[in-house]
Amino acid sequence: MAASHGQHDRALITVVNDPAAIERAEDRVVEALTRFNYPRASVFAVRLSLHEAMSNGFRHGHRSLPEGTPISVQFDATDDTVEIIVEDQGPGFDPNAIPDPTLEENLERGSGRGLLLIRAYMTSAEYNSKGNRLQMTYRRPPGA
Amino acid sequence: MAASESRIRVKRTEGFIQVEFVDRNILDEGNIRSISDEIAALIDAEPKPKMIISFANVEHLSSAALGALITLNNKIRARTGQLRLSNINPQIFEVFAITRLNTILQIHPTNEDAAKSFV
Repeated sequence: MAASHGQHDRALITVVNDPAAIERAEDRVVEALTRFNYPRASVFAVRLSLHEAMSNGFRHGHRSLPEGTPISVQFDATDDTVEIIVEDQGPGFDPNAIPDPTLEENLERGSGRGLLLIRAYMTSAEYNSKGNRLQMTYRRPPGA
Repeated sequence: MAASESRIRVKRTEGFIQVEFVDRNILDEGNIRSISDEIAALIDAEPKPKMIISFANVEHLSSAALGALITLNNKIRARTGQLRLSNINPQIFEVFAITRLNTILQIHPTNEDAAKSFV
């Protein structure tokens, strides 16, 4: 059933590094956006950003942690805003230390584009000072 | 042990190889690795590979998939071959544009356009 103005769809999901678990978390957030009738472009933007945030958490944050260590995904969707927090249990990192992947000399690098995509698609995306918790906000585009 | 099911469809036509994805979502890193390995094997089997990778069925694409495409492009170039991408929907194209990979990968609207561009 479609959700109306003023309503919230919130959840806290624990995700292990397994394709099915990652997809379930993405599906749950997509379901929330669908309930609030966000357009397809919004669903694409939020799903991709969430996927990249979880991938970064597992690939970088959890590099030295036991395989089954979960990350947490917390979201709060309303009619006009989707807030998502992705937190890993790793030591954190400095997001400013990532080379700009759009510079000519970095174009052929095999990785390092996840955060660029998140920042391009979300309205805002900020790491905590430790660098293990990413808070992302998406606002419904005007008229959408 | 049974071989795992292929995640790509391959068609060979007059001097080039056409690859299409089975899945709509090219997101999972393990899946991307196996797709990439399959395509790499096709490249290795050709002396001077000419390849079109069609995104006709693709709705979601992650940065890991972009990294794999760069590796495959470099592999083909190392063999003096040519890689073309085709049938990329506007949403997916935006991902290439944001990352500026549309400046190093050759993207064409259709397979026919891509085929005509081979030199």
